[in-house]
Amino acid sequence: MKNSYLADITRGIFKENPTFRLVLGMCPTLAVTVLVKNGLGMGLAVVAVLTCSNIVISSLRRFIPEQVRIPCYIVIIATFVSIVEMVLQAFVPSLYAALGVFVPLIVVNCIILGRAEAFAGKQPVLRSLCDGIGSGLGFTLGLLLLSLVREVFGNGTLLAETNYAVQLFGPNFEPMRLLAQPAGAFLVLGLLLALTNIVFKRLQIE
Amino acid sequence: MNGKLVISSSPHVRTIQSVQSIMIDVLIALGPVALVAVLLFGKQALITMAVGMGAAMLTEALWLRRWNIFGDGSAAVTGLLLAMTLPANVPWWIPVIGAAAAIIIGKQLYGGIGQNIFNPALVGRAILVFSWGSRLSGKIWPVPKPFHFFADISAVTTATPLAGEAEAMEVSLSQLLIGNMAGCLGETSAIALIFGAFWLFYKGHIDWRIPGGYLATVWIMGTLLGGGIYINPYMTGLFHLLTGGVLLGALFMATDMVTSPVTPSGKLIFGVGCGLITMLIRLYGAYPEGVTFAILTMNALTPLIDKFTIPRKFGEVKRLVRP
Repeated sequence: MKNSYLADITRGIFKENPTFRLVLGMCPTLAVTVLVKNGLGMGLAVVAVLTCSNIVISSLRRFIPEQVRIPCYIVIIATFVSIVEMVLQAFVPSLYAALGVFVPLIVVNCIILGRAEAFAGKQPVLRSLCDGIGSGLGFTLGLLLLSLVREVFGNGTLLAETNYAVQLFGPNFEPMRLLAQPAGAFLVLGLLLALTNIVFKRLQIE
Repeated sequence: MNGKLVISSSPHVRTIQSVQSIMIDVLIALGPVALVAVLLFGKQALITMAVGMGAAMLTEALWLRRWNIFGDGSAAVTGLLLAMTLPANVPWWIPVIGAAAAIIIGKQLYGGIGQNIFNPALVGRAILVFSWGSRLSGKIWPVPKPFHFFADISAVTTATPLAGEAEAMEVSLSQLLIGNMAGCLGETSAIALIFGAFWLFYKGHIDWRIPGGYLATVWIMGTLLGGGIYINPYMTGLFHLLTGGVLLGALFMATDMVTSPVTPSGKLIFGVGCGLITMLIRLYGAYPEGVTFAILTMNALTPLIDKFTIPRKFGEVKRLVRP
């Protein structure tokens, strides 16, 4: 049984990666990934919400009536989003300001509702916990890769707006501003999707 | 024939034309434009165009893992057209990145020649404009120094006449025709562009409808709506035709066979649409010039235009259900 818990985690990261395999939750993926800090912050916020909501939904799965399950899920998810929002606002106000409206929008993130509907609503608590962590980390990985490319080439920095900020290139470097713009987000996402498809094909992962 | 029956699938009508021969014709047609660019802007024009072509051909050869650098010649055309949309004094890495992006993102990722939705050269230019806008717009345009091949043209820069700013040079009609004004390498000389396009018309590679619709729309809207540095409305229409990238775009870029409609009426619609969007951006938009975005937008509409302008077959009474 232990193996199955591990499989629940790795499935969300690789085989059913929300960003690169399921192409879910594109709105925050495209919008907040200008800097690694924002991408990572968004990803971890989703990990927190997804893990907690998966646990609660899974433990309540016998009590939630089939006909009104979606509203019930939304209420549970919204509770955790509110908690995460307040925590961010209190402890990392700069990140909270940078993420803006996309923090409350986690409520309608398709990954969270999708995992609730497809997994947590049917599976035991511990497996749902592992699935939440896995899917959340998979989402974080997607955001991290996207924001890494966009920040390094679109801004010329790494971990900007944190204590570990690094100026990667010399003073004569002119960053590719397109990548920091919305159009660049689509472009980088498309290229990364193509790249992961190639990698998955080579590794024979279906 | 040896009395054998040859069985083959269509097409049965063959032509000696190939992609390579067409691309070489386009390169020939761009010859006069390139020559005038070198005469006006000197060695930097030559370097920019050579780098653009070289980078485009090299990128394609590497991507296709092909030893023949020239190949079908389409990469050379893309690189040259891209370089012609740049100012003469850009650093060398601008045409390199632009050409690589044009070939990879604009063409090869769609499946190579014939499969691309957008004109690759303009995709490259759009990426450059969005990324390094300060090097491609504003008062960065070198003033041409005719017949001074080794002159440093970056010393004196200005805005293009199209920007309509006070610093823009006053230009006479003859200057507009010859191209003795600030601007992209390939866009300034109207005479060279028209001269080169005649070769393509003569060879039958381009149809009059796209440039015709494009230029007529620009002229009519320019005459009616004004803008630019002239007060006389007739002069204003001409001004819009002869400045900026309209001629280069209408004759060499909008007419790209892959990304423009195939039906006759579709071509006319395509040209008029390009002209309309160009003038809307010029007169009411945030950018002084809109040829790049006009053609890219119409490229995106090309499949739709083709779909709705399928000619009626002879004897067909009523159009069936719209496709």
